[in-house]
Amino acid sequence: MSASVDAISAIKAKFSQITDRPSRDCPAIDVPNADIVTVLRALRDEGGFDLLSDLTAIDWAEGASPRFTAVYHLFSTVSYAAIRVATPCIGEDSAPTVPSVVTLWPAANWHEREAFDMFGIKFETHPDLRRILMWDGYPYHPLRKEFPLAGIETALPDLEVAEETKAKVIAAPMMGGPFVASAGEMNLTEAEPRAKDESWNERSAKPDA
Amino acid sequence: MATEFAFPDSAAKAAGAEQDFAPEKMSLSMGPSHPSTHGVLRLQMELDGEILVKCDPVLGYLHRGDEKIAENMTYNQFVPYTDRLDYLAPLANNMAFAIAVERLAGLEVPARCQAIRVLTAEMARVSAHLMGLGAFGLDVGAWTVLVHSLNQREHLYKLFEELTGARFTTSYTRIGGVTRDVPEGWLGRVIEFCDQFEPALEETLALLTRNKIFQDRTVGVGVISKEDAIAYGLTGPNLRGSGGSLDLRKDKPYSGYEQYEFDVPIGSKGDCYDRYLCRGEEMRQSVRIIRQVIAKFPGGDWYAKDARKIFAPPKDKILTSMEELINNFMIVTEGPQIPAGEVYFEAENPKGALGFYIVSKGGGVPWRLKIRSPSFCNLSILPKVCAGTMISDVVTLLGSLDFVMGECDR
Repeated sequence: MSASVDAISAIKAKFSQITDRPSRDCPAIDVPNADIVTVLRALRDEGGFDLLSDLTAIDWAEGASPRFTAVYHLFSTVSYAAIRVATPCIGEDSAPTVPSVVTLWPAANWHEREAFDMFGIKFETHPDLRRILMWDGYPYHPLRKEFPLAGIETALPDLEVAEETKAKVIAAPMMGGPFVASAGEMNLTEAEPRAKDESWNERSAKPDA
Repeated sequence: MATEFAFPDSAAKAAGAEQDFAPEKMSLSMGPSHPSTHGVLRLQMELDGEILVKCDPVLGYLHRGDEKIAENMTYNQFVPYTDRLDYLAPLANNMAFAIAVERLAGLEVPARCQAIRVLTAEMARVSAHLMGLGAFGLDVGAWTVLVHSLNQREHLYKLFEELTGARFTTSYTRIGGVTRDVPEGWLGRVIEFCDQFEPALEETLALLTRNKIFQDRTVGVGVISKEDAIAYGLTGPNLRGSGGSLDLRKDKPYSGYEQYEFDVPIGSKGDCYDRYLCRGEEMRQSVRIIRQVIAKFPGGDWYAKDARKIFAPPKDKILTSMEELINNFMIVTEGPQIPAGEVYFEAENPKGALGFYIVSKGGGVPWRLKIRSPSFCNLSILPKVCAGTMISDVVTLLGSLDFVMGECDR
C-alpha cells in the first residue's frame, strides 16, 4: 500500500493544480478540467494505476456550480491500491464537456457513452459518442436531477410501429407516489416520505397531457 | 504500458483491408431474443461470409433505471433492486451493496454477520458458476451439463429458501446486518450439500474438460490477452482466465475473507477453455471456503447492535418497548441515517468486480448511486474480440464471458 501512497504523492508534487478531495475510503483528488488527461496518464504510466474500474458522473442539481462532476476510479492490479479522481465539467448545462480518456483506457469507451446517455456530458474526442442504454433519438438524459422518476411521455423509437399501434412510451403510473424520503439537510416534515407528484392519484384521474 | 489505443477498432479495419476484392458484406442482427445471448443482448454484426468484420453490441433492452430509482428511496429499500442486478447471484449483490453503505456509515458488523455473508456469497458463486457452466455447455452443444448443474442448483435454492424465504430474489442483507440468523440445523445441511456436491461437480466437469468436441470448440477461441483484459476493465474469471491474478477477495479482503485459505486459479492462454477451467476451479475453492466458514462459525450477534439509527431493533423489542418502536418507525420511514460523503466499494462477485459508488449528502437516501457492473465492462471487449472470428465462435465467446444482462443494463 505504501508504494501507491508514494506514487500518489509524487504525482501530487508534479502537478500543483491537484487538490485533495474529501473521501471516506481511498485517496481522492480533484483535478481541473483541462489537466484531467495529463494527470490520468501520469497516474496510469507512473503511478501504476492500470485498471479503470469505473467512470461516472454526478449531477449536483440545477444552479450548482459546477453542475456536473466526472469521477474516475482507478485501481492498480499490482499494488492493489485505488484512487478516485474527480473533475468538474465545463460549459453550458445543456452540453457540459470533459476530455475523453478512451485513448488511455479502452474501458472508458462504454462508460463515457453511458455518462453521455444519462447526463448529456460531451466527452471531447470520443470516437463514437452514441447513446448506449436508451435508444438513439431519445430526447432526454434520465439521470439528470430535473428528469422525473416516473419518466416523460415520448414517441416510440420505431416510428412504423408507432404509426400502426398509436402507442407511446408513457410515464409510469405512480399513483401519487413515490413515497420516499428526501436527501439533504432539511427538517423532518420536508424530508419524510410523501407523494412527490400530487397532481393525480387513486382518487383523481391523470390530467390529459 | 505507455501505449495509446486506436479507435475505431484497428483489428476490424485490418481485417477489412486485407480483402483483395470488395464483396458485399451481410449485416445480421443477432438478438435481442436469442438463446445464446443469455438475456436480451443484441449484436449488430457485419459478416463477410462466415467471418465477422464488425460487431456492435446493442444494450439497454433490460434498462430499468436502477440508479435513478436508487436516488429516490432509502438504502434498505434498494436491497431488493440489487437482487435483480446479477439475478444468478443475488446474495453476493446484497452483500456488496450492504458493505458499500456500511463503509459510508463507518459501521463495523460483527464477526458472525461477516461469516454469514461470506458463506452466502460463496454459495451464490457456486450457483452462478453452475448456471454459467450449464449455459456454456448448452451453447456448444453439451445438453447434459445443463441438466446436471440445474440439479445441483436446485439443492442450493432449497437452502436459500430456508435461509431467506425466497429462492431467487433473496434480499437477505440489511444495512448493518442480515434479515435473520441462520436457521437451526441449516449449517449441517450446507455441509451435506457440499459432501454430495464435490463428487457431482467432478462428474459434471469430466463431461467437458477432456471432451474432444468441447475442446475443439473452445481451445484457442476468443483469446483475450492479459493486457487487453486489463485495458478493457475485465474482472473476475474473465480476467483471471487471461492470466491476470486480481481477485479482490485475496488482494483487497473484505468481510473477513483474509481468514480463509483458498487458491485463485489463473489461466495461461486467455481463451474460452481457460475461462471455463477457471470457473470450474473457483467452484471447488468456494466449497473449500464454505467448509472453513462453517468450521469456525462465530457466535454472537448477527447484526450491528450498537447501530441504533441504522439497523432496526428485533421484532420482540419493537412490540414491547416504546423507545424501540419509535426507533423502528424512524428507520422504516426515513431510512437509516447515513452521513454525508462518498464511497466506492468493489466486491468480487461471480461475474467480476461489482462496484457501488455512493454519494451521500446525509439523510436517508443517496444523492447518487452508481453501479459498476462487471458484465457491462466484460462485454465492452466484444467488438475487439469478435472482429475476424467465425460467427459460430461468437456463440462460444458469449457463453464463456458469462454475462448477465440484468446487471449489464441495470
